[in-house]
Amino acid sequence: MADENWKPKIIAIICNWCSYAGADLAGGARIQYPPDIRAIRVMCTGRIDPLFILKAFQDGADGVLVSGCHFGDCHYLEGNFKAAKRMFLLKSVLKNIGLDDKRLRMTFVSASEGAKWGMVMEDVVKTINELGPSPLKEFAR
Amino acid sequence: MAEVKKNEEPRIGVFVCHCGTNIAGSIDVKAVMEYARTLPNVIVADDYQYMCSTPGQNKIAEAIAEQKLTGVVVAACSPRLHEPTFRNATKAGGLNPFRFEMANIREQNSWVHMHQPEEATSKAKDAVRIAVAKASLLEDLVPKSVPVEKAAMVVGGGVGGMQAALDLANAGIKTYLVEKSPTIGGRMSQLDKTFPTLDCSQCILTPKMVDVYRNEGIELLTYTEVEQVEGYIGNFDVTLRKKARGVITPAEAEARGIVGGGCTGCGDCVEVCPVIKPNPFELGMAPRKAIYIYHPQVSPLIYTVDFDACVKCGLCVEACGEKKAVDLEMKDELMTVKVGTVVLALGYDIFPIEKKFEWGYKNYDNVITSLEFERLICASGPTGGHLVRPSDGETPKKVAFVLCAGSRDNTGVGKPYCSRFCCMYSLKHAHQIIEKIPGVVPYIFYMDIRSFGKMYEEFYYRIQDEGAKFIRGRVANITEDPVTKNLHVNAEDTLLGRPIDMEVDLVVLAAAIQPSAETEKTRRLFGVSCSQDGWLLEAHPKLNPCGTTTAGVYLAGVCQGPKDIPDTVAQAEGAASAASIPIHRGEVELEPYFAQCMEEKCAGCGLCVNQCPYSALALIEKDGRTVMQVTEAKCKGCGTCGGFCPGGAIWMQHFATPQIVAQIDAFLLGGEQ
Repeated sequence: MADENWKPKIIAIICNWCSYAGADLAGGARIQYPPDIRAIRVMCTGRIDPLFILKAFQDGADGVLVSGCHFGDCHYLEGNFKAAKRMFLLKSVLKNIGLDDKRLRMTFVSASEGAKWGMVMEDVVKTINELGPSPLKEFAR
Repeated sequence: MAEVKKNEEPRIGVFVCHCGTNIAGSIDVKAVMEYARTLPNVIVADDYQYMCSTPGQNKIAEAIAEQKLTGVVVAACSPRLHEPTFRNATKAGGLNPFRFEMANIREQNSWVHMHQPEEATSKAKDAVRIAVAKASLLEDLVPKSVPVEKAAMVVGGGVGGMQAALDLANAGIKTYLVEKSPTIGGRMSQLDKTFPTLDCSQCILTPKMVDVYRNEGIELLTYTEVEQVEGYIGNFDVTLRKKARGVITPAEAEARGIVGGGCTGCGDCVEVCPVIKPNPFELGMAPRKAIYIYHPQVSPLIYTVDFDACVKCGLCVEACGEKKAVDLEMKDELMTVKVGTVVLALGYDIFPIEKKFEWGYKNYDNVITSLEFERLICASGPTGGHLVRPSDGETPKKVAFVLCAGSRDNTGVGKPYCSRFCCMYSLKHAHQIIEKIPGVVPYIFYMDIRSFGKMYEEFYYRIQDEGAKFIRGRVANITEDPVTKNLHVNAEDTLLGRPIDMEVDLVVLAAAIQPSAETEKTRRLFGVSCSQDGWLLEAHPKLNPCGTTTAGVYLAGVCQGPKDIPDTVAQAEGAASAASIPIHRGEVELEPYFAQCMEEKCAGCGLCVNQCPYSALALIEKDGRTVMQVTEAKCKGCGTCGGFCPGGAIWMQHFATPQIVAQIDAFLLGGEQ
């Protein structure tokens, strides 16, 4: 690895009703997880334009997490379905431009799953650490 | 509004909260505050022990006025907790409240990285930088005020739903009470007595049922289910399915022009009905005809045809005669009602305790559940109140009560939670058999006795004094003597530290409870989340126990979590109160997170139209072009259209593309690299 001091930069875009609330619950329960992820709140994962994610990778993100409600539980009926579809397509785009599609992850964490949020955090950080810095990093600036 | 206003040069104030030691314990608040001062557009940064307190809020308001701020960032707890608080403070300072942005450095930082102060501080700096980036681009927004329909709906006609409906109606609100079964009353009508007062359950419930039936403010819709829900707080359009009852009421008869007709509850039809099925109200321990009422005290007193069982022989039609109340050709009907707010009181079911096969329920005749015990000991029950062994009809002399049957069970078969009222009703059952059967000995196998309510602990002492035997230990298994049908209860007495093999005549399992079968479907229709156990999720466990994250939908009773009758009724009154507030105010403010079409960018492709789950978008002709138009009243602000528009022509207010991209850029490109 080029830089021993490298720490992953991971961005999470999460929905207000399920995953953000789940992350809050993890806090209330003092579930400890790695501090390498920064969250941006949107009202629904359906809001997430795939271009946001491409922008994040272009900016040098090592990983992107999108997390919303479980299917059938979306506060807006079906925004999470649409997000999942977009993320699925986006993954194939990432693969085609030579970026490991494991750098993009979509998870479903409900407002009552604080413990699951902690596990997702552990797992995402572990995955990105294994993959190392994003190859797009050198283009970032 | 299609134009996006250019902001003036942003002037941002950042306020970092210590939250006592909740945040300051692991984050260097001063360092975060000093860092904020170095960020672009930040004019002032401050920190305070408790930003949410009056002095904390005053700091924000004063800074806005003094420094002519255009945006405010508070780094504190979750916006889901205190966004409204700080929006008010922002407004108090004379700024549009939507120019406020929150950085969550407590729930998603200090609390989850308690032992990593350096990383937590660095994460907090990032969070502040991200929030400042967004705050620099926020604009004035005006919440939309919508009128509230002066009507409410209560779903579920158990004691909680009945109480909520009565309260709402008595507050002058037209209330629809929707109940899936043919009568209101719910689980409580199946109980014999209630603890700790030992008053007869039906005696206190039936008058309430009559009150509900007679209340002019309540439209009672029994044998009715929720089919579809549209709209939002203030304006829910609920489609209901009135299931074919096969019997018409006197009012319906009048509408059909049948003079003096309709069901009077005489029961002549039942006499002649040839079909016999198990009665679910008596848990299958008594027969029921295909035309039936659940129990003598039903409200409304109208018979119902069980079309799954009915052979359409027509004998009941003949027996009914001139009243012409029976209509075997009746079909389900759909009706739509408009209500402002909704209370869900969906109740519970008994956990299928046969899954805990080691206790032999449904395998051994003399193992029954507590609800079956209630029916057997009840004077109006299948045995006229004589507790008998199902195997031979003999009166039991030694009865074992098994508590936590499926509750507090982490084996994966049962339920991890405490079902909360089983201890108390088992004490009551012990009392009832001591009272009724001379020489009987009740053995209560318990893990803990949770007598948590008013006069409950006193009741526990009383039952001890009356001679009930208490054995602390979970029952391992139960076996049957095939000849006598007596049962061997195997357990460990954990106080004496020795195994027990006790022969008894009857075992009563205090089975766990679980959300009622309809809960899952109904909660999804109303967009209400549930906890992992399936109980409906309240907006906040401490501060908003009756509300949900769906504005205008409130919770009452056990559907929110196990409760006894007093707690259910108390929560129902709370839910009714909460549900009446928007109705009495007459209007509600919706958060202005509406989609806007930037017409100059819109190509009129219409791809967004199908993305919207609320049909809020449509293509229109304007100035010779096709462009999309948003109906704000229908838009709920999810932004699914904005995440999809290929031309980037949709402006999602408060979550606009430049605002989100600025957050992404601020995190990844800004900061200490």
